[in-house]
Amino acid sequence: MKQSTLVWTALMLLGGGFLVYRASTAGMGQVYVRAVEVDPEGDAAGWTNEVAVQPNQRSEPDVRLSWSRTIGLWIAAFFTFAIFSFLWGDNAIYKFAEAVFIGSSAGYAMVIGFWDGIIVLLFRRLTPGLMRDSFLPSVPDDATISWWFLVPLVFGLMMLWRLAPTGGWISRWALAFFIGATAGLRLIAYFESDFVEQIRSTIMPLVVMAPTWQVTLGHTLKNLTVLAGILTCIVYFFFSVEHKGVVGRVARVGIWFLMITFGAGFGYTVMGRIALLSGRFEFLFDDWLWIIDPVGKRLGM
Amino acid sequence: MYDFFVKLDRRWIFLMMGLAVAIPILTQLKFPETPSPMVMDVYNAIEQLPEGSNVLLAYDYDPASEGELQPMASAFTRHCARKKHNMYFMTLWPQGPPMVARSEAILKSEFPDYKYGEDYVSLGFRTGNEGVIKLMTTDLRALYANDVRGTNLDDIPMTKNLKNIQKMDLIVNVSAGTPGSKEWVQYAATPYDIKMVAGTTGVGAPALYPYIPNQLHGVLGAIKAAAEYEQAMMNRYEDLQDNDNAQEGLRRMGPQLVGHMLMIALIILGNVIYFTQKSREASR
Repeated sequence: MKQSTLVWTALMLLGGGFLVYRASTAGMGQVYVRAVEVDPEGDAAGWTNEVAVQPNQRSEPDVRLSWSRTIGLWIAAFFTFAIFSFLWGDNAIYKFAEAVFIGSSAGYAMVIGFWDGIIVLLFRRLTPGLMRDSFLPSVPDDATISWWFLVPLVFGLMMLWRLAPTGGWISRWALAFFIGATAGLRLIAYFESDFVEQIRSTIMPLVVMAPTWQVTLGHTLKNLTVLAGILTCIVYFFFSVEHKGVVGRVARVGIWFLMITFGAGFGYTVMGRIALLSGRFEFLFDDWLWIIDPVGKRLGM
Repeated sequence: MYDFFVKLDRRWIFLMMGLAVAIPILTQLKFPETPSPMVMDVYNAIEQLPEGSNVLLAYDYDPASEGELQPMASAFTRHCARKKHNMYFMTLWPQGPPMVARSEAILKSEFPDYKYGEDYVSLGFRTGNEGVIKLMTTDLRALYANDVRGTNLDDIPMTKNLKNIQKMDLIVNVSAGTPGSKEWVQYAATPYDIKMVAGTTGVGAPALYPYIPNQLHGVLGAIKAAAEYEQAMMNRYEDLQDNDNAQEGLRRMGPQLVGHMLMIALIILGNVIYFTQKSREASR
C-alpha cells in the first residue's frame, strides 16, 4: 500500500471513530427549528416559517429537529474538508467539491439573474397585468405598460442570436451599444473620482501649522511622504525618459514606495486569509462538532 | 538542520498554520483592542449622526468572505440600531441577500422594538453592478418597485417618499470586491457628495486608502479593524461586554496573533535558508 493511501485511510478511520464517539456521547451536528406562523396579507393564504433556534432550546414544546438543515450542516462540513484536502494534494474529492461549487454558483447566479433581470425588471414593465396575476402580486392595479422596455427586450434577443447557426453578427449591434454605454459611464466616473478628485486630494500644505503658528510635525511629515510617494511613483511609470541619472534615482525611490505598498497589501492579505480559516474552524468546532460554545448556544445542555 | 529545512515537506507548514489557528479558537484566546484613529473616524461617522438619520447599508459580499466581513457588518447594524437610525439594506451581489438576512436576524433578536418598514427595510439584490448605483442616485423606482419581500415601495412607510439615495445621511458599504466600495465612491459618494464609510477585506483595503478623507470618510480594513470597532462599541455601550455575539471580530484576533507570529517566523526562517544557500553556493 502506498504511504499516502495509508495516511488517508488512517485519518479517515480516526476521524470516523471520533465522530461516532462524539455523536453518541455529547451530541453534535444537529439543527433545531421552531415553526412560526406568518400572518397572511389580504385574502392570501397564511404559511409557516421555520426559524432556527439554539440547541439548548430543543426541549421546548414547539421546537423540533430539522432533518433538512441537519443534513445541510453535515454537507457543509464535508465540503469544507473536501476543499481542505487540496493541501495534501490534488484528489478526486477536491475535484468533486470544486465542480459542485462552480455548478451550484453558476446555477444560482443564473436563476437570480433571470428572476431579477427578466421577470422583475423587464416583464414587470412590459406585462404588468400578467405579472400581477402570476409572479408579482405587488404590482399596482394602475401600472401601465412601459413601451421603452421593448428596446432592452429587442437588444436581449439580438444578443441571444449568437446561439443561432447563422446571423451571429446581429448580436454585435447590441454588444456595441452595451460596450459604448459602459465605457461612457465608466469614463466619467473614473475621470471625476479617480482623476480630478485625486489631484485635488494631493494639493495639500507642505508645512502644516497649528492655530498657534507652530509647525505640526506629524502632519507635515505625512503630507511630505504622500507628495514624495506620488511624484516618485509617477516618475517610475514615466517611460519617455531613460531611467538613469537623477530620473533613475527618483524612479528607484518610487520602486521602494511601491514595494512598501505591496508589502502592506501582502500583510493585509495574510490577515484576511487567516480570518477566513478561523471562520471555517469556528464553524467546524462550534456549529458541527459542538466542541466550543463561544456564544452560549448550548448552555445548560 | 539546514538539510532538514531545505527538504521539509510544505504540508508540515500547512499543518503548523492549521494548529496555530485552531488552538487559539479551541482555547478561546481573546485580547482587548485599542481602536485606531481610522476606526474611530468610521465609528464617529455613525455615532455623531443625529438619532433617526437615514443610513444606506450596502452589504456587497458573499459567504466566501463571510468569515472576514460578517463581524463588521454585524457591528455596523448593531451600531445603527443603537443610534435608532433608519436602515436601508441592499446588496449588489447575487449571494448577498442571505448576508443581509443575518443583519435582519440581529435586529429581530437584539432590538425587538425595531419594526420592518418603519425602522429598517431590505431592498434586496438588483442585477446591474455599478449601473444600479448610478440609477439609485437619480431614480430609485426605476430599479426598485418592491422590497425583498415583494411589498410595493409605495406601501412601506420608510420608502414611500424616497425618490433616490441623494438624501441619505450616510452610506455604509461592506465589500468583498467588485462591485463594492470603489463603485460606491465613484458613482454615489463623489458625484453627489454623500458621506460614506466602508468596511472591506484585507485584499481590498489598500485600494481604498487614496479616497480618504475627501471621498471616503474612513475604512475598516479586514478583521483587525472589525475587532477594534467592536471594542469601540463596547467602550461606549458597556452592556455589549456581556454579549458574546457582538465580539465575533475580537474572538478572531486570537488566531490572528498566533498565525501572524508563525508567519513572521517562517519568513525569517525562509530568508535565513535562502542566504545560507547563497553563501554555500558562493563558497563552492
